[in-house]
Amino acid sequence: MRAALFVTCVNDALYPRTGIAVVRLLERLGVDVDFPAAQSCCGQPQYNTGYRHETEPLMRRTARAFAGHEFVVTPSGSCAAMIREHYPRIGRKAAAEGRGGELAEAAASLAPRVYELTEFLVDVLGVTDVGAYFPHTVTYHPSCHGLRGLGLGDRPRRLLTAVKGLDLVELPGAEECCGFGGTFAVKNPDVSTAMGADKTAAAAGTGAQVLCGADNSCLAHLDGLLRRADSPMRTLHLAEILAATEEEPLP
Amino acid sequence: MTGTYLGMPAFPEAAREAVRDEVLRANLRHATHTIRDKRARSVAELADWDRLRAAGKAVKDHTLRHLDRYLLQLEEAVTAAGGTVHWAADADEANRIVTDLVRATGEREVVKVKSMATQEIGLNEALEAAGIAAYETDLAELIVQLGHDRPSHILVPAIHRNRAEIRDIFRTEMGSWGRPAPEPLGDDPRELAEAARLHLREKFLRARVAVSGANFMVAETGTMVVLESEGNGRMCLTLPETLISVVGIEKVVPTFRDLEIFLQTLPRSSTAERMNPYTTMWTGLGPSRGADGDGPAAFHLVLLDNGRTDTLADETGRQALRCIRCSACLNVCPVYERAGGHAYGSVYPGPIGAILSPQLRGTGTEIDASLPYASTLCGACYEVCPVAIDIPEVLVHLRERVAQGGPVTRGGVRVTLRPADGRTAERATMRAARLLLDHPGALRAGERLLARARRLAPRRLPGAGRAWTDSRELPTVPAESFRDWWARERGDTQ
Repeated sequence: MRAALFVTCVNDALYPRTGIAVVRLLERLGVDVDFPAAQSCCGQPQYNTGYRHETEPLMRRTARAFAGHEFVVTPSGSCAAMIREHYPRIGRKAAAEGRGGELAEAAASLAPRVYELTEFLVDVLGVTDVGAYFPHTVTYHPSCHGLRGLGLGDRPRRLLTAVKGLDLVELPGAEECCGFGGTFAVKNPDVSTAMGADKTAAAAGTGAQVLCGADNSCLAHLDGLLRRADSPMRTLHLAEILAATEEEPLP
Repeated sequence: MTGTYLGMPAFPEAAREAVRDEVLRANLRHATHTIRDKRARSVAELADWDRLRAAGKAVKDHTLRHLDRYLLQLEEAVTAAGGTVHWAADADEANRIVTDLVRATGEREVVKVKSMATQEIGLNEALEAAGIAAYETDLAELIVQLGHDRPSHILVPAIHRNRAEIRDIFRTEMGSWGRPAPEPLGDDPRELAEAARLHLREKFLRARVAVSGANFMVAETGTMVVLESEGNGRMCLTLPETLISVVGIEKVVPTFRDLEIFLQTLPRSSTAERMNPYTTMWTGLGPSRGADGDGPAAFHLVLLDNGRTDTLADETGRQALRCIRCSACLNVCPVYERAGGHAYGSVYPGPIGAILSPQLRGTGTEIDASLPYASTLCGACYEVCPVAIDIPEVLVHLRERVAQGGPVTRGGVRVTLRPADGRTAERATMRAARLLLDHPGALRAGERLLARARRLAPRRLPGAGRAWTDSRELPTVPAESFRDWWARERGDTQ
């Protein structure tokens, strides 16, 4: 099987380790991974801040970059939801505003081929035990777009539970937003920080060593709060935990 | 909407104080979490919740599509049952109609059953200016009124107050509005309720004019429906001689049968009860008037537009008019929980307020332009909404209106809005980011530059970035981007 990796702009520039982990993980599971270099950002920051017109060129680019791939895998529930949920909407609006049907077609073609990492593992590859080893106590924050936008359900937890040595502890109020929300984090910094502080306090209360998530944007916000508070808890993307093995443990 | 909210600062500034108020935060957290858990349990009891939700959405959408027809049918039915229908295009007109109606009775005071529409138009202030005293009779509304305060929640307007604060308000204020609070007065809920009961009883027995809202209006029968928990509303609706109801035009439903859906979804979504304690329905003067003298001798219905027709003209935004004011979205909203209701600068706070106010009032003021951004788009509000309003979709739609401008209907006229002021820098940033992201070569060069300068990365950023670094560390810039790692490891094949 062959799959294209949509690494997302945040992962590419700030969290390359997540992308590398996805490549190692998928290759270990027998998947040939492509990385179309023409890819860039999905346009979510622009769209969610109200600049829909700025999103359109990025949407065209994304659709073109993955035109030839049956499976497009991304380690971000948020970016997957952007493509699956909002691309068709943006395409329809563009068509209604008289900018042809080309964007709508591109969106309709790409949307069903995009999979968030845990969906691809559980639904397409049919695995929950990926042969990972991570002997630590972990708590999991299901980011909103994965949880409610994509309906990931218990896929991430099933994958984590199957990791050898891993002790998964429940995060109280797990389904509550962490307060990142894209530009919300800088437009409403006080509320954003208050939400994040409650989330990190709940995570610390579990006694876990690691706060795990499947969206690096949310984790950047939570990690920023933890480090500012000199907390010993560290944040990790789910892909990094799943990529870790006894032979190649996490650094 | 009401004048008391004029000149409000933008949401982020208004929220700042609330976030730092530990008592308020604790009050809100306790109240919203209690009710959200109860709501989840009472909704889970119904096997057909999803179908009820879909049915409620469908009925409301159908009604909104044919709103003109159903409103005329309603007018005919109310008139036939002995009521009088008045049409009010905006707040001023509605206030004038109600003031004239009260004046015509010769009365100088009215009792009120909680009505968001009259708060929206600032009726109490308008009546006061005309020398007429309006007494709120819903317990929470009474607390807000006595405390010279503003409501901060749709269903529990005094949610921001705790028992001790309420006791203090009753002690110091009740006397100047009517019967004083009994002495001594503790903060036990039963004692507080009894103080309110005695105070209000006096008002009910004296009042000859009442002003109400309505949860629903049935077009085919002309029936008005009010749902409440305390029975104070029923006192208002049955004891006075003249009843004036001010209702938003979107509250109409076509048939009596349609109520079957909402009488299930509204109580469970709002108070988490299977059924609300009091449901009062009346048609015109009501059938009992002739028989035993109960019920008002005169009934006036004021149908309020105040921006609703303009909202209806917006294909995406109009779904906000499906709202049945249950407040489930407030109770699950993590932003509302921290910012409190006052920060939204409107009688409609929380997620629904963030999409309703900028549509009813327009996006011209600072507060209205900031409301669509008062959300992380987490989607919890959409998930609980009993009429499936896609609040995140409307928020993004309204953000676009603020950021990019575009077509909008105001006062029935289609106009093109320019982007809101003060967004030049943001627009330039978004455009620059897009240009960079749309050129992977430039992006890659930028990433390399960033990687080389990573040791120089400052801990605190200036400008907009300060909002991040004031409370959070920045992510550490990696030595190599993913793009470069791939090229190095796998060869730059594409």
